[in-house]
Amino acid sequence: MANQARTEIQKTDRAGVPTVAEQTRSGAVYSPAVDIFENDNSITVLADMPGVSAQDLQIDLRESVLTLTGRVRTPERPTESDVLREYRSGTFFRQFTLSETINQAGIDAKLTDGVLRLELPKVEKAKPRQITVRTS
Amino acid sequence: MLVRRVWPSRPTFDSPFADFDSVRREMLRLLDSAAGAGDTFGDVGAGVFPPMNITQDNDNFYVRAEVPGIKPDELSISAVRNRLSLAGKREIQREHERVSYHRRERAEGSFNRTVTLPTEIDADKVYAKYTDGILTLTLPKSEEAKPRQIKVRT
Repeated sequence: MANQARTEIQKTDRAGVPTVAEQTRSGAVYSPAVDIFENDNSITVLADMPGVSAQDLQIDLRESVLTLTGRVRTPERPTESDVLREYRSGTFFRQFTLSETINQAGIDAKLTDGVLRLELPKVEKAKPRQITVRTS
Repeated sequence: MLVRRVWPSRPTFDSPFADFDSVRREMLRLLDSAAGAGDTFGDVGAGVFPPMNITQDNDNFYVRAEVPGIKPDELSISAVRNRLSLAGKREIQREHERVSYHRRERAEGSFNRTVTLPTEIDADKVYAKYTDGILTLTLPKSEEAKPRQIKVRT
């Protein structure tokens, strides 16, 4: 173990989100941690949303604003009393503005073990093209 | 290794000041947010991954930990007497293609956490379940630790 550098994972404090519109459902709103990267063909979003099942996750893309909303159902039964509470269940909410045009039909979303993987393929015309300069 | 006592000051009784304490915490949180200390919902915690919630009823303790993106077989869970250890590693897959990152917030690394429960548990009957990135452990209290109804004879 000595020759292998081990990085300890850090617990990050969950950030509360000031939502754009007022909430109709009571409860806390949290911002999920995300990775976003892109290559020539698509933009990929990875989001940590522990406790969200596929039917409670909403992904919305309109006017180049991507909205992720995931609701966490409280898992505790009413008979249980708290001993230690380090995290709270609420709604995960996050919005992004996308600068590229997305091929809506090709969007693919997968939720495994509380992590969302969202593939947003770019439309053909937004892909970079090599331009050759002709000499006269 | 980090050992955290879950219930340092009141091992068996509910303190009469328990409610007072939660009000005080609530007040501190309010003051923190008013002072602009951020919107993090200041929970009491060891600041160690993974965040855990522990609850109990008469028969069991329930431990819930947020461990998104970790395969259940990569988690190592062990329980001895009144101690529960949770260790594992979270790896984020490298992307093969040439990509450029816009955000990189998800953390990776290994973790090893031990919590001490208020009473002893029956380590043979611990039951673990993993759904949607949440690990739920049901830890039956040992027979001696269970609350008993005492009948008053007349």
